[in-house]
Amino acid sequence: MKQVNMNPYKILVIDDEPSIRKLLEIELQASKYVVSEAENGKKGMSKILADQPDLVILDLGLPDISGHTVLKKVRQWYKNPVIILSAQSDEQDIIKALDNGANDYVVKPFKNKELMARIRTALRFSTKIEPTEVYNYPGLEIDTATRTVKKNGQYVKLTVTQYDLLMLFCKNEGKVLTHHTILKSVWGDEHVTQLEYLRVFVAQLRKKIEDEENGIRKIFTESGIGYRFVADSM
Amino acid sequence: MPIINPISLKKQYVVAIAGPVIVGFAFLLLYNHIHASIVAFFLLFLLSIIAMFFELKPVLLTAFSCAFIWDFLFLKPQFGLLVETSDDVIRLLTFFIVALLNGVLTHKIRKAEKIVWDREEKENILKLYNTLFSSLSHELRTPVTTISGCADSLINHGSALSEKDSQQLLTEISSASFRLNQQINNLLNMSRLESGFLHIRKEWCDIRELAEQVVEGLKYKFGQHKVTLSIQPELPLVSLDFGLMQQVLLNLLNNALLYTQIDSSILITAVVENNHLILTVEDNGPGIPEAEIGKAFDKFFRGANITPGGTGLGLSIVKGYTEAHHGKVSIKKSDMGGAEFIVNIPVSLKELYETS
Repeated sequence: MKQVNMNPYKILVIDDEPSIRKLLEIELQASKYVVSEAENGKKGMSKILADQPDLVILDLGLPDISGHTVLKKVRQWYKNPVIILSAQSDEQDIIKALDNGANDYVVKPFKNKELMARIRTALRFSTKIEPTEVYNYPGLEIDTATRTVKKNGQYVKLTVTQYDLLMLFCKNEGKVLTHHTILKSVWGDEHVTQLEYLRVFVAQLRKKIEDEENGIRKIFTESGIGYRFVADSM
Repeated sequence: MPIINPISLKKQYVVAIAGPVIVGFAFLLLYNHIHASIVAFFLLFLLSIIAMFFELKPVLLTAFSCAFIWDFLFLKPQFGLLVETSDDVIRLLTFFIVALLNGVLTHKIRKAEKIVWDREEKENILKLYNTLFSSLSHELRTPVTTISGCADSLINHGSALSEKDSQQLLTEISSASFRLNQQINNLLNMSRLESGFLHIRKEWCDIRELAEQVVEGLKYKFGQHKVTLSIQPELPLVSLDFGLMQQVLLNLLNNALLYTQIDSSILITAVVENNHLILTVEDNGPGIPEAEIGKAFDKFFRGANITPGGTGLGLSIVKGYTEAHHGKVSIKKSDMGGAEFIVNIPVSLKELYETS
């Protein structure tokens, strides 16, 4: 992981509202990030290309081209995390952005603390690039070579689908996965509308890998949108 | 006041002629078994019904066509407009007068009723608007005043203020803006309900998770409140609109936080019984006075002993969203001593048996 002081992360804010840009600039600089700004989609895209920021905060309602278009275009060559700012809590908009490759979203008005937490999470997982054989989370251990899972040191038996689902979560830790994405990659194209499969399997998986009595969650529901897996959220 | 009628005037005229003709010819099939006066009664009955829904002119036309068809088909000579006996002349005349009176009176009664109803409706709307405006201007302006006032003093005396004072002002700004946002959310939810654009999207929900998220989201407001979550173990998934149900629980918990002392206990429970989800939020606070129980779910109703911060919309949204799920919400005295809100919703269940 990068040393924050030696080589700080660069964050690009694309938003047409000057007061929001100012607010984010102050908040981000206070957390020792290097901040650059763009007030519309076109400038935003050229700044992503020129600066190669470590993370982009993107407003969906831009004056020239929509945030969706920006996202779609830059995702062809830009791999770092993108966090969406959405003005209304319009689920369809958020889902579309996530399916187009956004990592996470925050709805305006957001709490600064929450946005900062999302940024930290996104940056943390974007630096974990190598595929690993063993996932070692607090209270949860997964060995992909033997396909075995241990909760608090005890072996847990997972069905094939439950294991596939868990793997998808592990590989995308910290990222919001839409229902559509999960159904497509675990069950296949023909089952993308069968949300009830997903609900049941997530509930079953939770029972096996989470510590319900102590209120320790690993799979988080994003209401109406999808799930996020964060294994060491203590 | 004009009567807005969903049936077009043209159609009304058609029915005014066709209705009596159809009824008349239908009874003609029974000509040998039925007395002409019976037919007269049925025609008057038809006229009364038409008078309840139609404008005055089509109603009068109906009275004419009833008299005409009765004379034409049932008074001798049959299929002729002349009347043979003086008896029949009187009968026809009486029938015609009764028909006219019947039609006109029924029409008038309906019109009068509508006027009364409209006036009541208008008064209700006016009352609602008055409450809305006074409530809104207060509930929205208070946080705005706080925000602009605090910001002004920070700008004007920033350097002269003590560290503690400026922190205090900043905290006020932050909490006022969250209150403002909450009011806006409530208003948006309410208008979604009122406009009829509310679509229920049912999905399989994990109630434990739903409740945990709500509690987590309101934690910043707890102070010394002790909030306990008691969810039936092995609760199956239930079919609900996750977002709306979250709002229901959020508003109930918020309400409990608003109406109780800061060191009170609040208990949230969820069980499934006979395909009904029963969600309760109870507290050991002062409870709701008998007189207020009936009004608690009314729009803009605010309890007498309340700390500032509500819109008077929270509980009516709870009611609206619960009813949108075909459920019921009720209040009773809690075993803990305070108020207990009970949300009871019929649900489909999905057990978490292992399948694959």
